[in-house]
Amino acid sequence: MSPLSSIRLVALAAAALTALPAAAADKVKVGLLSTLSGAGSGLGIDIRDGFQLAVKHAGGKLGGLPAEVIVADDQMSPDAAKQTADRLLKRDKVDFMTGIVFSNIMLAVAPPVFQSRTFYISANAGPSQLAGAQCNPYFFSASYQNDNMHEAVGKTVQARGVKKIALLAPNYPAGKDALAGFKRFYKGEIALETYTPLNQLDYGAELSQIRASGADAVFIFLPGGLGINFIKQFTSTGLNKEMKLFAPGFSADEDVIRAVGEPMLGILNSSQWAHDMDNAANKRFVADFQKEYGRLPTLYAAQGYDAARLIDGAVKTVGGKIEDKAALRKALEAAKFESVRGEFKFNTNHFPVQDYYLREVVKDAQGRVTNKTVGKVFDNHADAYAAECKMPAETP
Amino acid sequence: MTGILLLEQALNGLQFGLMLFLLAAGLTLVFGIMDMINLAHGSLYMVGAYLIASIAAASGSFWVGLGGGVLATAAIGVLLELTVLRRLYQRDHLSQVLGTFAILLMANEAVRMVWGSQPVPMAMPAALAGPVQLLPGFSYPAYRLFIIGVGLAVALLLYLLVTHTRVGMQVRAGASNREMAQAMGTNVRLLFTALFAIGAALCAVAGGMLGPLLAVQVGMGESILILAFVVIVIGGIGSIRGALLGALLVGLVDTAGRTLVPVLFGQLLGPAAAATAGPAVASILIYVLMAGVLFWKPRGLFPAH
Repeated sequence: MSPLSSIRLVALAAAALTALPAAAADKVKVGLLSTLSGAGSGLGIDIRDGFQLAVKHAGGKLGGLPAEVIVADDQMSPDAAKQTADRLLKRDKVDFMTGIVFSNIMLAVAPPVFQSRTFYISANAGPSQLAGAQCNPYFFSASYQNDNMHEAVGKTVQARGVKKIALLAPNYPAGKDALAGFKRFYKGEIALETYTPLNQLDYGAELSQIRASGADAVFIFLPGGLGINFIKQFTSTGLNKEMKLFAPGFSADEDVIRAVGEPMLGILNSSQWAHDMDNAANKRFVADFQKEYGRLPTLYAAQGYDAARLIDGAVKTVGGKIEDKAALRKALEAAKFESVRGEFKFNTNHFPVQDYYLREVVKDAQGRVTNKTVGKVFDNHADAYAAECKMPAETP
Repeated sequence: MTGILLLEQALNGLQFGLMLFLLAAGLTLVFGIMDMINLAHGSLYMVGAYLIASIAAASGSFWVGLGGGVLATAAIGVLLELTVLRRLYQRDHLSQVLGTFAILLMANEAVRMVWGSQPVPMAMPAALAGPVQLLPGFSYPAYRLFIIGVGLAVALLLYLLVTHTRVGMQVRAGASNREMAQAMGTNVRLLFTALFAIGAALCAVAGGMLGPLLAVQVGMGESILILAFVVIVIGGIGSIRGALLGALLVGLVDTAGRTLVPVLFGQLLGPAAAATAGPAVASILIYVLMAGVLFWKPRGLFPAH
């Protein structure tokens, strides 16, 4: 036998062997489209790292099948994201999509993903549109609905007796959801409500308005680099001595703390997850994330991790038969996995029903500036849009 | 209270306008004298900011970073002029736009290769990180005041250079009639290389000053370059005085617009319109200003030719 034909024989045998478990797919392909450059890149990087850590924890597999994660950058632009999503869906033929940070990008990418009958597992973006009238059997959120985190801050600010507040958010779908959520639970006076362009990084003009508004406190929803810039500039105007700053977890997470440091101390923020939550899955996740990447995980990382674990659980439940969309949908809805936030269950609109906590930026025992859980704001909290969602019973 | 708001917004507008002026000054002289459209001007701003951030991080001193970064960027500007841009002067505007746009794309990719696609953090000097009390009950960030100070000083220096020196005289002569200046014995080539070095240094100063306030990231030059072009079109191509006035006008209108337009919309059309249409209209206000200026003065406020 010539060497060439023996190679052929081995190749043939290998092909035959891998084809043996023919009923199930031979691998799971995940398209992880996220923001990896620009002012929002810290968020996407944490989602990616969290997701890949979960795959690593499962031995490079998802639901027992070898996992192939194709990472792509959306450049924080809906147009670029749409093109890249097309490539992932049509050329790479991914089985799942995940990773999108920003809601405007999510809304741009959603139609082609749903049309191709690909399941989208959100590791962050949770626009109200997809929670209400436009809910879709192919969309599952492993994170939260946009309004929720801000509802929790609204309730906290209300409970603390703040009479007059100034609000600031970027002018895009999640910014609108944020302030709507905040106002749902805050009943005091709103001295100022400002929307800034999503790419704006200088808040000089807005800070003057906040000072002039006579508010007792400020609530900002500014993710990633936007929040970093705002808080630095807020401190440099001296406003931090005059009024208290409230934020959702997005604007006071470890990425922001790393960049701003001590001026963050005392900021109260809300989250469905915290790195000090006491459960086995979370302890393993936080310890290994630090070991792997040398930094504390953010809630984005936790969501990325949970998104992978959700896929892992569902693929396992269907025994690797990911072509059976109806069965896969049922398995995703059942959400059989151990979440780093403890219990995890979906509402009828495929958004989680979960607890929301209050965190405070403090100095921990080792002298690090970091978040500490100080209380719970909501128990088993659902979003305000679930009633508007008419989820089809059959998967088209 | 509103008095303080107006004062604070005026200072914000001044700060933004002066930084725009630093960019527009180099751009307008190049455009005015050589009739050359340089889209890579914003890339010098970006490269300058990156160099300053890196040198500052390596040396641990903002000031060393600023000095070293400005000199290095000026050197890069000269190199760019001698190797590539010089060949584009005789070509038409379309070739210049294509050529310099290519440089812009290459600069972005080069920066991405060297520094990565994530923004590079840059801290303001600790002494300037806090507020300064200007009036009773009114404090303003020290760093923004410092930017205003540097901007004014550079503007004054440039003004003296252009109006009171022999080089400045040649620059002005070149801007109003290049052929005549050449006939009178001005070495326009050498003058232009020097001009380019100054332009690049000014870009780097702007990038380095704005770095701690904004973010040092790939593509940061594009959005601000568009504004710099708006400035020189408003001010009149080739005129330093026009660039200064245009920059301050754009800075003030942009800052005031972000404050006043949503308030105005809120009073006229209700809070819903203020929230949705307000920010959108505020962001196009400077283009409305440009259209208005061009309608009454098609060649800008202080045309050099």
